[in-house]
Formats: sequence, structure tokens, C-alpha cells
Amino acid sequence: MKRLLVLSGKGGTGKTTTAAALIYFSKASAFADCDVDAPNLHLVSNTRIDENGKVSDFYGSKKSRIDVEKCVNCGLCLQKCRFQAIQKIGAQYYINEYHCEGCGVCEFICPHGAIVMQDDIAGELTLHNNEVVFSTAKLKMGRGNSGKLVTAVKKQLTDACNEFQIENTMEHEMEFAIIDGSPGIGCPVIASINGVDLVLVVAEPSLSGISDMERIIKTADILQTKVVVCVNKYDTSIENTESIEQICREKSIEYVGRIPYDKQASRAINEGKTLAEITCPASDALYEIYKAIHNILK
Amino acid sequence: MRIAVLSGKGGTGKTFVSVNLANVAENATYIDCDVEEPNGRLFLKPTQIKEIPVYTKLPIFDENKCVGCRACVNFCHFNALVYIRNKPKIFPDVCHSCGGCNLVCNANAIQEELRQVGIVETGVYNRTAVGLEDTNRIHVVTGILNIGEASAIPVIKEAMELGCDEPEKSVKKSTIIIDCPPGSSCSAMESISESDYCILVVEPTAFGFHNFKMVYELVSLMNKPCGIVINKSDLPYLPLNQYCEIQNIPILMEIPYKEVYAQLSSKGEVVTQHDTELFHQFVGLLHRIEEVCL
Repeated sequence: MKRLLVLSGKGGTGKTTTAAALIYFSKASAFADCDVDAPNLHLVSNTRIDENGKVSDFYGSKKSRIDVEKCVNCGLCLQKCRFQAIQKIGAQYYINEYHCEGCGVCEFICPHGAIVMQDDIAGELTLHNNEVVFSTAKLKMGRGNSGKLVTAVKKQLTDACNEFQIENTMEHEMEFAIIDGSPGIGCPVIASINGVDLVLVVAEPSLSGISDMERIIKTADILQTKVVVCVNKYDTSIENTESIEQICREKSIEYVGRIPYDKQASRAINEGKTLAEITCPASDALYEIYKAIHNILK
Repeated sequence: MRIAVLSGKGGTGKTFVSVNLANVAENATYIDCDVEEPNGRLFLKPTQIKEIPVYTKLPIFDENKCVGCRACVNFCHFNALVYIRNKPKIFPDVCHSCGGCNLVCNANAIQEELRQVGIVETGVYNRTAVGLEDTNRIHVVTGILNIGEASAIPVIKEAMELGCDEPEKSVKKSTIIIDCPPGSSCSAMESISESDYCILVVEPTAFGFHNFKMVYELVSLMNKPCGIVINKSDLPYLPLNQYCEIQNIPILMEIPYKEVYAQLSSKGEVVTQHDTELFHQFVGLLHRIEEVCL
């Protein structure tokens, strides 16, 4: 099974809209949403997803807790903590759970055994699994560990696919898994790139879009992963679209197409539909992009 | 006064709101905390640029002193250390720089060196705004994460420190605009933790609404006063308005989609320098927030 990851660097360029359309066109039986701190793919209806997913807790780093009975308020933990996670309220010390990274230094340093490390639920994984496998997750507010959660989302997808041997069914001409990524270039993005066969970058023709595209391409390059580029809302700036095409030629990156700005896009999304389900110029452009990617991956 | 601008969903117009708000404020400092993809400097084009490197600490091992007890490897909660070929080895990307290995080492074999993970760029932008007689300066502070680095937090912290300390010490009334990263995870939280007010920029779509609820939860958790700015407000999304009414969240401003805004923004122009109407709307937005904060 080939894995396609949709990324953008900049947010809001149309990752999820593109991913949802590609899922529809390719009839992919396996897909995942790795944008764990702002997941949206589940909002685009796909009648093939069963309503009730299997939900499980995701444990991130442990968090420390101070036992106020044992604590003698010596303040050693506050001195040694590098994350400003220890707060003094009155005479008593407390852990700020949002700052605590679970390093265990305070537990080690405490001469009275007043600090213990406890498991912490950092998010929630959901697996929809009947005709299709859909793996998604939601990070708890303000938590770190988004990279680990992304890895867990992908593992959940792979495990479920292996279990049901989707890879071996000859139902479709080619099986590929489509993964919706998150904006940025940091830990969740790096974790999502790991092990995929192709990254599709959805770029936006603005100076911001170009700058962000170049940073995500370099990130994928460091991770030695093949990248192709498409431009969304290309007609909002033909000039910048041409700059993007020029950058792709210079870097020998395959350019798979341009999608026009389409007012129907938001309307379709608000109704929970993919662009693939309606007839419009953007939908046609996405179909051409799907065919190009299909050729690259086969 | 420190105003954080955030959104949950990417691309809703955080940077658009941030740079335009900075453009209408007095003694403004703009801090770009979206260090993975910093874009504010494409609009507020700073000059007199200084680059300040951002480092984290990384342990180094003295092979002559190491007795091979593996206490450091066993201690590390992030599994950043392994013991191979009779010595500890570090995976720098996984290290959180907690200093734990150094603490547990009885042989005094561990020291820390600095590893650069990004830079903070500071500069000034001389604005020529419509409606403003003077050519006021905007301090522009940009955090830039090195490509391939996982954790944005150290760069955000440094950017906040450099951006906040200086202006608040030197002038009486300063306005600091913090352009936050998308999402609702640790880096968004770090960016808003020192703010006095949060502007949530929302797009009236199903996606925008869903992610908005997530950041609203984050902002409420941190007890920050907040209000929303609806961007591309032409096609209303009723569940959003109903939610704001029930939760009593003020709608501070609505910005309709205008091709001229999109065109100017795509070229890196600050729209309030060209459009008087929008300029006055942003002045109004700033005043509404000042009333809450001051």
C-alpha cells in the first residue's frame, strides 16, 4: 500500500479539501487525519465511514505531582526544573501541568519522596473501521507530544489495514492510503512525513504561501521524501503561481496542477461534501491532480 | 498591553489581523510566534536587522570519566540516550534539555554544550500609514525555527522575551501584538501565556468553526479575556453566531472578503496602509480591546 501525505506548510491553503477530494476519487479504503491539534477530515462526509469509531486514550509524557503531606517546601524542585513547571502559591509548591514536560528531574531531586510521576492522557485516538479504515485523533488542549500522537495515528491505520488485509483485496485497481497533515514544519509534520511514499504540497500563490512552501519542501528533503506540488486558488495571483511553477522547475520538483478559486468550495464543505462530489472547475482540476499522482505512485 | 492573535485552523487570517493591528497602534511591537512558518516580516518589512541565535542545552559525555553505569540512560524519560559501544550516545532531536542526565551522573562525566535550534530576528519598520501624521516605527520581532527541528518552544520563549521586555521598559504605553501559531497545542499555549487579551480569528466555515471551538477551550482554560474577528464574513455560518451568543463571546469585527484585500496581501502589502475604511475599522478594534484591558 502506497501512502500519500498532503501537506502545505502554511495553514488554510486547502489540505483537507484536497485530501477529501483525493479520497473520493481514488476510492481509497484507508485514510488518516494527522492534523491532531486541529483535525477536520472527519467533517467531510463519507458515507462509507461508520458512525461509531473505536475511541482510545493516548498517553503522552508523564506529569509530576507533589504530595503536599510529604512536601517540606524546600524549593529544590523549583530550582532544578527547567520548564518553569513548579509554582509557589503561598508557602506551598505545585506543578503546573501545562508546563511540565515529564522529565522526572523534580522526582529525582526531592529529598523527601514527595513527588511522583503519573500517567497523563494527552489525547484521544479514534478508529473507524468497517468498509474503510479511518484513523484520526485529537490532542488535548495545550499538550505537547503531538509528534507521538501522529505516529500513533499512523500505526493505528497500518495495524487496522494489516488486520483486515485491505492490501490484498483486489477491489480497487490500486490501493493507496491518504493522510491529511498539519500546517507548519515542526514535530507533528516531521512525524507525519516519516515513512510515506509521497508528499503532496498544496501551495497558495501569495508571498506567505511561497515562503512556507519552500520551508516544507526543505523539511521533506531532509527526511529524503519525494515531494510534488499543486497550487490552490491559482487565479488569485497568476504572477505568484508562475513563481511557484518556476521554483518547482529549478528544484526539479514535479508540478501536478493548479486549482482555481471556487466559491462553491466553502459551500460544499459547510454541507459536509467533498469537492469531488459536485461539478465545478475546482473539482475538475482536482481530478487531473488525482490522475497525475496516481501515475507517479503506481 | 499584550494582544495575542490566534485561530486554531491555519490560514484564517491571523497574520493579516496581526500586521494590520500593529499598523494602527502606537508604539507597536509585532512578535511572530508562528516560528515554523513566520510570515509577518513579509508584510512589516523590517530594516536594521539583528539576528539573535537561540540555543538549547545538549549533554556531552567525557569518555574518560564515564564509568558505564548507565544511570543517565536509565533516567532519561524521553529515551534520548542509548548505550552503545561502551558509551552513552544522544539523539539531539529527542532531548528536552532537562539536565536530568547531568544530575544523576555520579562520575561527573556529563557537561552541557549549546545547540542552535533557531534565531530571533529583530528590526524596525517605518510605517507610512493613512490617517497617521507621523511616521511611527513598529518593532518587528520574528522567531524562526531551524528547518528539521521539532520543538518550537525555545524559539517562541526567546521571541517573547525579546519582544516584550524592551518596549514595556522604555515606553509608557506600548501595544504588543503576538501572532500565534495555528492549532491548540503547546506552542499555541506558550504564545498566549503572557498575553492580556486574545483575538480569535475565525473563518465562517464548518472547518473554521470546529477548530475555533478548540482554541476557545484553550483560551478559557487559561482565563484570558477574548473576542472574535470573523474573516471572509460574507457567507455567514450560523452555528458560529449561535455559539458566540450562547457562550457570550463578543464579535469584535467582521471583515468581508474583498478581492483587493486578497490581492494586496498576496503581494505582501499591509492593507490598512492603502484602505482608509479598513484602517478605521482596525482602530475601532484596538479601542474595543483597550477598553477591556486598561
